[in-house]
Amino acid sequence: MSKRRVIPGFGLSMGFSITYLSLIILIPLVALFLKAATLGPAEWWFILTSPRMIAAAKLTFGASAAAALVSTVFGLLVTWVLVRYRFPGRRLLDAMVDLPFALPTAVAGITLTAIYAPNGWLGETLAKWGIEAAYSPLGVFIALTFIGFPFVVRTLQPVMEDFGSECEEAAATLGAGRWVIFRRVIFPMFIPALITGFTLAFARAIGEYGSVIFISGNLPMQTEILPLLIVSQLEQFKYEAAAVIAAGMLIVSFVLLFLINLLQRRLSWQNR
Amino acid sequence: MSRSTVTTESAPVRLLLIGTAVAFLSLFLLLPLAAVFVEAFRKGWEVFLASLHEEAALDAIKLTLLAAGISVPLNTLFGVSAAWLVTKFKFRGRSLLVSLIDLPFAVSPVIAGLVWVLLFGAKGWFGHWLAEHDIKIIFALPGIVIATVFVTFPFVARELIPLMETQGSDQEEAAVTLGANGWHIFWRVTLPNIKWGLLYGVLLCNARAMGEFGAVSVVSGHISGETNTLPLHVEVLYNEYQFSAAFACATLLAFLALITLSLKTAVEHFTGHSSQNNH
Amino acid sequence: MKLIALLSFLLATSVFADELLNVSYDPTREFYQEINSAFAKQWKQQTGKSLTVKQSHGGSGKQARSVIDGLSADVVTLALSGDIDSIAKQANLLPKDWQTKLPDNSSPYTSTIVFVVRKGNPKGIKDWGDLVRPGVKVITPNPKTSGGARWNYLAAWAYADRKFGGDEAKVKQFIGALLKNVPVLDTGARGSTTTFAQRGIGDVFLSWENEAHLIEKEFPGKTQIIIPSISILAEPPVAVVEKNAKKHGTEELAKAYLSYLYSAEAQDIAGKNFYRPRDAKALAKWSKNFPAINLVTIDKDFGGWTKAQKTHFDDGGTFDQVYGNR
Repeated sequence: MSKRRVIPGFGLSMGFSITYLSLIILIPLVALFLKAATLGPAEWWFILTSPRMIAAAKLTFGASAAAALVSTVFGLLVTWVLVRYRFPGRRLLDAMVDLPFALPTAVAGITLTAIYAPNGWLGETLAKWGIEAAYSPLGVFIALTFIGFPFVVRTLQPVMEDFGSECEEAAATLGAGRWVIFRRVIFPMFIPALITGFTLAFARAIGEYGSVIFISGNLPMQTEILPLLIVSQLEQFKYEAAAVIAAGMLIVSFVLLFLINLLQRRLSWQNR
Repeated sequence: MSRSTVTTESAPVRLLLIGTAVAFLSLFLLLPLAAVFVEAFRKGWEVFLASLHEEAALDAIKLTLLAAGISVPLNTLFGVSAAWLVTKFKFRGRSLLVSLIDLPFAVSPVIAGLVWVLLFGAKGWFGHWLAEHDIKIIFALPGIVIATVFVTFPFVARELIPLMETQGSDQEEAAVTLGANGWHIFWRVTLPNIKWGLLYGVLLCNARAMGEFGAVSVVSGHISGETNTLPLHVEVLYNEYQFSAAFACATLLAFLALITLSLKTAVEHFTGHSSQNNH
Repeated sequence: MKLIALLSFLLATSVFADELLNVSYDPTREFYQEINSAFAKQWKQQTGKSLTVKQSHGGSGKQARSVIDGLSADVVTLALSGDIDSIAKQANLLPKDWQTKLPDNSSPYTSTIVFVVRKGNPKGIKDWGDLVRPGVKVITPNPKTSGGARWNYLAAWAYADRKFGGDEAKVKQFIGALLKNVPVLDTGARGSTTTFAQRGIGDVFLSWENEAHLIEKEFPGKTQIIIPSISILAEPPVAVVEKNAKKHGTEELAKAYLSYLYSAEAQDIAGKNFYRPRDAKALAKWSKNFPAINLVTIDKDFGGWTKAQKTHFDDGGTFDQVYGNR
């Protein structure tokens, strides 16, 4: 412990970070939990175990995980191509990765729906094959992939750009093939960033509201997401019940984030 | 191509990888972007320009710039400080702290707005006090700023942490041994190493700050010309059946991505940095 | 904190001479734009002062919530009296008997629910009974999140109630069959309009009467309006948010603004924007847009909004029951 304290700035960065974190994140979330706590455990149980809630939770977490996974796989590929190769149009593609951040989620939802609706650009073709893209769980997945994708690329990119070629060259000198080098030398270096990217994409997907409600169809028990249930509680002026659902979502998300961060720590220490 | 042949793939593999990446990006990003532009120009240039020149649109643009201008620097400061803390020191509760930093990503925008209503709304913790002193937070600029800060809170920190983790702190430790003080180490040793990650983080934070819809929608009050940000203005136009105008304003936000790219390129050019041979 | 206080102070002091904030719901944008400029002209003539009416639009329930949480509306013009009731009950910003303060239940204009179908009515939809036929796709917003959708739901309920002589099990079955034909439940009325008119989904769209006419205007030649045998009288109410107005010193102005809505001029604007005017003269002038419909009312048939909300739309209400939720 004392060895690592050689570097100065512990007190300052700790003080500032914790204060800011408390003001912006902790106090508001405590307010949320206190609001939720005005209802007793029985009511929590009743709200959180209603069939509609469970169906929505399955869809929300399932589609988020699937979207984050796809984003991670393609994110690795896209980042690799953007960082390592030179080809015409590369810079344009690079810029476009940020699009889902910049586009208001409502616009993203409307646009994606226009593309994937049965009379849309792609939806028409998909409908011919019998695939219902918009107004189905698949639509939720599409929207969440769109929302989460940049997280993977943007966390991976700086790490990959910083990654020198010394190790690769050394391995190549020792006669290792390209695929072996990638698997044994390069890929392990990217694991922490990949896990971070996955986590962020996943976390962001769970809470997403604006883009999903346009493309999902919002049918109870089928295509309804958790944030929509919060909104419908608010529409009944039931702030407490809304807070309960929000708190439930937060607890699950936080546990997931915590576990993934622990895992990432272990992996990155192993790499040292 | 400055990479030596041993550290790159054969041409067919390269082409395959590029092809797959481009296909994926086209499907998920280029297509929506194209759709936005097609809709924006459906009624021609004049409608496009007129809708950006409208007073409500200009007010919305001003408000959006102001809100991002306040929240991005705050979160940048926090991001650097938190990344330093988390990657240079080992302490109890470190994983917990990192998870807490991530948390706002997992908070639904609806909730990110609601929490501030619970605190500062008329019936919230401080509502009574604020009303007595005639201070407006919710449904005014401060509310929009804090909701934006909340939503974009993790971006810079999240960008820096994995980067600084990969880099380790050997260089900083060496600098300490040579007798450099903290600020000196940060400016001379750490910052040059993390500047690209930092830049990415700030750009992302900014893009997201300007594009945020859900949380801001809860605390804005939707007073046209006063508390409507650009994304909210897009929604207003859409709901008024002014589809072309709505998408015209949306293209402004899409242009953000392109502007950030040219910024990045300019900085790269200016500092002579090139990601091809950076070591 | 200091920065925030300073900014709020700057914002709070930037108040202009005469200003009024009207917090309204989504479909009234075009209507109030016209009303505001006409009223401002009249106000200038009467008092010599210029007036800016600021507008805020959104879903009716969300807007009510914003006012409860501190959005300083001088007047509210919402979709259902239940939403203004909530403002009175939860925030005490206006008296509980607010609805008696202005004529006609404080609703200067009314509307109702009609069907919008594709041009030529290919599925031959004439009445509520046709909506439960297999293969007919019905578009309506979600009653849990949209005020307009609640009117739709109650109108369908009223039809079934009469058809099955009040047999609640059969009524629920009818509603269940209708909801089974709904492929998309958008969160707001305008979202549903887009789904129906732009995305081309569904055979019939349950819509506000004024929205139905707007759709014909925005998407000419694609749709037509069908008047069902029975529908519900929707009375979008208006009220002065007295405590806010008192604080802003705008009581007189707010009252004058809402009274103006009952004037011949405003009633004509209402008719022009496809709201049914209360004023007989204006109604006669625009009568071609407003065929006679057999209308039930929320008070007589459903015992008022508070009861209707509780029975049908709160958690565990008939909407949830029909969807198999407890």
